[in-house]
Amino acid sequence: MRRLSTPFIGLSAGMLLVAPWIINAAPYESTMGLVQKVFYFHFPSAILFLLAATICGIQSARFLFFKKPSADAWALAAAELGLLFGAMTLVTGPLWARKAWGVWWVWDPRLTSSLLLFLIFAAYLILRKYGGPGSDKLAAGMALFGMGNVPFIYVSVNVWRTLHPMTSVVPTLPTDMGIPLWFCFAAFTMLFLALMNLRATLALQQARVEALYLAEDEA
Amino acid sequence: MMAGFFRVAWHVMRKDLTIEVRSREVLLTTLLFAVSVVLIFSFALVREGRAPDDVAAGILWVAISFSGTLAMGRTFERERYNDTLRALILAPADRPAIYAGKLLGVLILMVLVEVVLVPLVGLLFTAPILRYPGMLTALLVAGTLGFAAVGTLFAAMLVRVRSRDSLLPILLYPVTVPVMIAGVRGTAALFQAAPDEDMARFWIAGLLLWDSVFITLALWTFEPVMTE
Repeated sequence: MRRLSTPFIGLSAGMLLVAPWIINAAPYESTMGLVQKVFYFHFPSAILFLLAATICGIQSARFLFFKKPSADAWALAAAELGLLFGAMTLVTGPLWARKAWGVWWVWDPRLTSSLLLFLIFAAYLILRKYGGPGSDKLAAGMALFGMGNVPFIYVSVNVWRTLHPMTSVVPTLPTDMGIPLWFCFAAFTMLFLALMNLRATLALQQARVEALYLAEDEA
Repeated sequence: MMAGFFRVAWHVMRKDLTIEVRSREVLLTTLLFAVSVVLIFSFALVREGRAPDDVAAGILWVAISFSGTLAMGRTFERERYNDTLRALILAPADRPAIYAGKLLGVLILMVLVEVVLVPLVGLLFTAPILRYPGMLTALLVAGTLGFAAVGTLFAAMLVRVRSRDSLLPILLYPVTVPVMIAGVRGTAALFQAAPDEDMARFWIAGLLLWDSVFITLALWTFEPVMTE
């Protein structure tokens, strides 16, 4: 698994370098013009933000109910990446909204629940940092509730009347907009996987070192 | 099996409420805090002696969630203070049943606080609280249940953590915001000049959905997080 990280990071770095040209070559959207192009970064970060929440929740459940110690490392890695990609989503979104809707922020269900999910990740990491011994378990319990918010976010936009584009927009994109979108999506996903892999490996190694120290103390 | 579950839950709840009846500590502090929150809101919002329209629902729910956090923190604080938490966990009973008992105790306390809080908000912010008593009660009970279900679990988790007082609200509020939204929107639909019964019913249904999600998750999680 670890050996995959280096080529993934290299490839995604290369793709992200090329991405501006590909995005530039895509046609202008008729009503929103240039700002619509932030979509090519906004959509991948938002999807990976939700993916991070799902991974964090599933790994936390594995850690909590099946006592898999390695799952905790993956949950932590996913939570940190969730905070990162959530921040990217929440920064690119308002940049787009300012032009498209005329305001930086509206309190519609999708925006509100994304902000909430971001806060849940922040609270999760604060609990892990300042919770003291045993906080890994408590944070895992917290993450389960955070994951419960993911379907809420995904569905909210389709159930309630809202300004945010529907999720059905993406499959119906014209091809010349679809290509840069999925190109960026692939680059972001590889970056996400590589970073998560590295972070989880680091957490596992930290746990091993701690276990060795403890064993040394007891001996 | 089920009978045993309810018996344990009943005993835990009765124990908590007996202590509470003797000391009245949590009830009185929570109540006073809730009243202070309402008062602070009146200073923030009232202009020229009149409260703006449609703020009552929001104030009511903010006061409920703030004061609820206080009550939840206290119920487990008491166990820690008297070193009875371990005894409670060691008791030969289902852990989820202990959680259910604690939840019932918190719920009853919060409902008692609301019995004072709702008329107060109605009085000070001219909210028509008697227009739909049944639906308002349903909203309040369902909302409080969802909020207390998560809060009781988190307060129990945090009882051994040093910075529990500051951590409880930052963990609790983001997770329970769906409940807050449903509670505020539903109550506002009943309080507004042209009440919208369908809207209130929609949010009551939403609250019941979230209650079941939160309680199921909490019953699952209580056992592993309380194991040392």
